[in-house]
Amino acid sequence: MSPTATPTPTHADSAAYKLGRTYPDVPLEEKQRLFDEIKADERFHDYLYGCYECGICVAACPSARYYDFSPRRIAQAAAREDVELVYQQMQEDIWDCSQCFSCLRCPRGNNPGGIITVMREVAVNNGLESAKQALRGYTRIIYKIMSTGTQVSPDMLQADAFPDWGPSVAKVSQKLDLWRRALPPETHHTTTTGWEISTRTLVELYLIWHKTGALNMISELDPSLHSLLEEVMEDLLDEEGYELD
Amino acid sequence: MTIPVEKVSGPRRKNKAEFEWTPEHIPEDFHERLFELEEKGELVVQRVDTEHIEVPVKYGRSKKVPIGHTWHHKSCGQCGHIPGYSTSIFWVNRKLGIEYEDPRDQTSCTAWNYYASATSNAAAQAAVAVRNFAAAYETGRFPIIHCGTSFGHYKEVRHELLAHDQLREQVRRVMDALGKPLVLPEEMVHYSEWFYAMRHEIAKHQVRDFSNIAVTVHPACHYYKLVEGDAIYDPEVYGGQRTAIVSEVAQALGAEVRDYSTWFDCCGFGFRHILVTRDFTRSFATQRKIKRMKEEADPDVTLTHDTGCVTTLDKSQFAAKAQDPSFATIPVMSEAQFAALAMGAHPYLVCQLHWHAADYRPLLEKMGIDHEKAWAEFEEATARLERGEQQYLTWEDADV
Repeated sequence: MSPTATPTPTHADSAAYKLGRTYPDVPLEEKQRLFDEIKADERFHDYLYGCYECGICVAACPSARYYDFSPRRIAQAAAREDVELVYQQMQEDIWDCSQCFSCLRCPRGNNPGGIITVMREVAVNNGLESAKQALRGYTRIIYKIMSTGTQVSPDMLQADAFPDWGPSVAKVSQKLDLWRRALPPETHHTTTTGWEISTRTLVELYLIWHKTGALNMISELDPSLHSLLEEVMEDLLDEEGYELD
Repeated sequence: MTIPVEKVSGPRRKNKAEFEWTPEHIPEDFHERLFELEEKGELVVQRVDTEHIEVPVKYGRSKKVPIGHTWHHKSCGQCGHIPGYSTSIFWVNRKLGIEYEDPRDQTSCTAWNYYASATSNAAAQAAVAVRNFAAAYETGRFPIIHCGTSFGHYKEVRHELLAHDQLREQVRRVMDALGKPLVLPEEMVHYSEWFYAMRHEIAKHQVRDFSNIAVTVHPACHYYKLVEGDAIYDPEVYGGQRTAIVSEVAQALGAEVRDYSTWFDCCGFGFRHILVTRDFTRSFATQRKIKRMKEEADPDVTLTHDTGCVTTLDKSQFAAKAQDPSFATIPVMSEAQFAALAMGAHPYLVCQLHWHAADYRPLLEKMGIDHEKAWAEFEEATARLERGEQQYLTWEDADV
């Protein structure tokens, strides 16, 4: 689905329309449905209070310096309920955000970074193309977090994964087992997780993913990862005598 | 120790030291709602009921930081990629004779799946946080959080749980299924707040002179931008106009804190960016942070207090130097490692500096540390592991 400019107006209040309507293949009703999903999130109303258009958020934003990205436009589109522009932003802008929350400098109390968090979740939940593209190459991270309860494991330090970090990565990788055994805290001797986690803790984590629907969030986005994680979790829960509803 | 407010006011601006919040404009203190829900029996509040130090936060309020009897909520990035970070935190506790717990009943905050990929949701994140708080509560120890993102995220989670009845109910049902209470701690405490609180005690145990060491400080975004009221602001440091975190520890150790213009900028980490759009991270970290620090302050080291910031600022420098040999690098570490070095910690057996990328050896020399001898000691210790004389090094091995 590529953005296509067309002079045909369907939603004349939209800033996206004024700039040239985008994503004409997606019906307005679908864009409205996605926006309603964003707006129904409890956090949304904590994150948006209107916009002075002062641009303080843009001045503070690291992504605005390097990308065609503006937290001000995010807040404005949401405040105006401009479903055309919000949809366009979900496809083109939201994954540029650094989630540093420098935009919380907003004198109006807005949280554009928070609005983006919600927009991203809706994009993931609905399997939007932007989410699939943005998270390509990210599968291993999702797998690590959900299956181990830690994320940045020592064995991720591989020279071919981080060539721009220089020779220190290869050195760590070659000595990994030895250098982990040289760490004084007993919990730190593992190489596949950040620290040693008990089985009971992992069981509780898996139950959380199931009971809050977090595991199902990726079913649209990456069905094979979803199946793999489901299997890993069910195996452990079975072993430990837990039955899922 | 004081850093005058003129440091932030600039040559043509009036300083804002006189600025004070009027009572009606001060945001509500979250404790009111927290204790109200506790009284209604909706949740359990884990109190700071052991020896503690009160530290100043925004709006003239204070926060209780427990000294000991703590439950260390570790950081996946620190333990995984910069293990000298957590090792130094533990070593300083041990050196001061303070007991603590390094639990196995702890998951990470899993906020990578929240801020990076959005493959989680508010209920899951709150349940993960509360499960960890309940695990700490079961031990009777107070949680102290190593990661800036975990700290910031948990502050957000606390707000959401206090504000939204439906979310609270959903998380309560999950916790019921786990057989755990819905617990929130009275205070959210980041490890760097503990270092701030203990800075004078740490300075009493200092064995290395840092009076010739100049530092720059990068305050971590998720520490003080998320739920801003709950971060340390000290009237004695920049007139309370900036967070005093890290800067005040460096000052207490006798180092010179130097200012630079892009102190408010993030490090460039960006979560998904450091993994999948790495050009952004590298460029931002080196051009907006390291280069500016070097040009404006020329520090011997830059100190920060979060996992992602240490990683990003440290590792990104290699590519900048490879592209431009005249690019001047700066060693990067946490203030925990810096404080440990001040107290005489071994640079490799404790601070694990060999996991870092930017050249730290000139800094060690300036600190009076013979890094060649120290490396030989580390190699000798690991040789014992290779020969099978020991399976692991211990805390006793770290104090050579």
